[in-house]
Amino acid sequence: MNEILIALAILGGMGLIFGLVLAIASKVFYVEEDERLAPLTECLPGANCGGCGYAGCGGYAEAVLKGEAEIGKCASGGDEAAQKMAEIMGVKAEKVARRVAMVRCSGYKRTDEDGKPVGLMMKGDYEGLHDCLAASKVAGRGPTICKYGCLGFGNCTRACKYDAIHVVDGVARVDFDKCVGCMSCAAACPRGIITSVEYGEHIVISCSSHAKGAVTTRGCTIGCIGCGLCKKICPKDAITIDRNLAVIDYSKCDSCGLCVNVCPKKMIRKATQGGSRD
Amino acid sequence: MSAYVQSLLGILISAIISENFILVKFYGICPFMGVSKKTDTALGMGMAVTFVMGIASAACWAVDNLILIPLGLEYMQTVAFILVIAALVQVVEMFLKKFVPALYQALGIYLPLITTNCAVLGVALVNAQNGYDFLQSVVYGVTGGLGFTLAIVLFASVRERTDKSDCPKSFEGFPLALIAAGLLAMAFMGFSGLKIF
Repeated sequence: MNEILIALAILGGMGLIFGLVLAIASKVFYVEEDERLAPLTECLPGANCGGCGYAGCGGYAEAVLKGEAEIGKCASGGDEAAQKMAEIMGVKAEKVARRVAMVRCSGYKRTDEDGKPVGLMMKGDYEGLHDCLAASKVAGRGPTICKYGCLGFGNCTRACKYDAIHVVDGVARVDFDKCVGCMSCAAACPRGIITSVEYGEHIVISCSSHAKGAVTTRGCTIGCIGCGLCKKICPKDAITIDRNLAVIDYSKCDSCGLCVNVCPKKMIRKATQGGSRD
Repeated sequence: MSAYVQSLLGILISAIISENFILVKFYGICPFMGVSKKTDTALGMGMAVTFVMGIASAACWAVDNLILIPLGLEYMQTVAFILVIAALVQVVEMFLKKFVPALYQALGIYLPLITTNCAVLGVALVNAQNGYDFLQSVVYGVTGGLGFTLAIVLFASVRERTDKSDCPKSFEGFPLALIAAGLLAMAFMGFSGLKIF
């Protein structure tokens, strides 16, 4: 009986002491947190996608609180989050335009009726790791003939937390209904061909090939050859040709769509259409 | 070299290699399977475990030798050690948050996971069983943690590769990880005859 009492007393005493120590420690080691931090973090989607450039939503909220980061950097929360955060911080936020990811490669890997490949062509069969990074390291920069083309092994699909990017016909396509513009896919893409575009009726160049026209044509039936027809027809002088690839200056472009019709490769299109040709 | 230093070296070798906590003794399998998807998180977890195992073996040695043994309460070691470790990890977490925020950022998310880790309890119990003195206990704790780190980092590197390889659908994910863990454990069993001193 005595032994049980001693055991009880010792264990109970230890529990009590540790409890007291923890209680004291929580006071002594108390770290002051700004009371605005919790509501600020709640404004954010909580996906910790890292699109803002900070370590998760908490990190971004903290940076905003310290005044290191601007409000409105959260692509996924968009305008709604920006307005709510501005309210908490007591400032006014400008309207944040919705941005989405866009794969700058039009190619699809298909064959026509005669069995001839159309779209993005392959050098041969690749049977290595199903991983874009691994494939891009294969001699000659990967299995696609085009050195800029989408490899189609879905590193972006695996990086996407919103199930918004999928490999269709061997090439990654963004689902704009789901995309929040966090750009984690762009970070995962070894080719670096996923860029952020403003969602809407904007005209986009959906090719990344800086190769010369003849080289591009050898690897893809729908790549930009840098012919310059779009540049000539553009009434606003918004298009330039940078190393064999058309580039649009959005400060000048008014989305008239003349270049869309004139492009011989049909790879200039509206952003709402995304990469889909059909 | 004195016999005492030799015994410390013997503890070091056995804790890291020949009696590796995970791969030979099978303690701490839960974080081994759970936190081994990426090498850097595995390394973070390993470091946190090493840290906690070191201080836990010191604290448990003190509780065991100053309270339990003098009172003849050795049969309460398990429950007393759990109490000590849980409280200790909480205090350490608060301490780090206040004074070493950088370390807290690195280890913070792993610390609560370790509170009830069997490897940490295991090291305290083995210390008591083998009758190690204070220094031996701490060395065993820290090197056991290093052995844990070695195993989990090796395993995470294996998993990073197997995740990307083509394998039958039924083996994808955990089944393949378990097989890899088994093979790794078999490799470490090969060290079991190793006795330096």
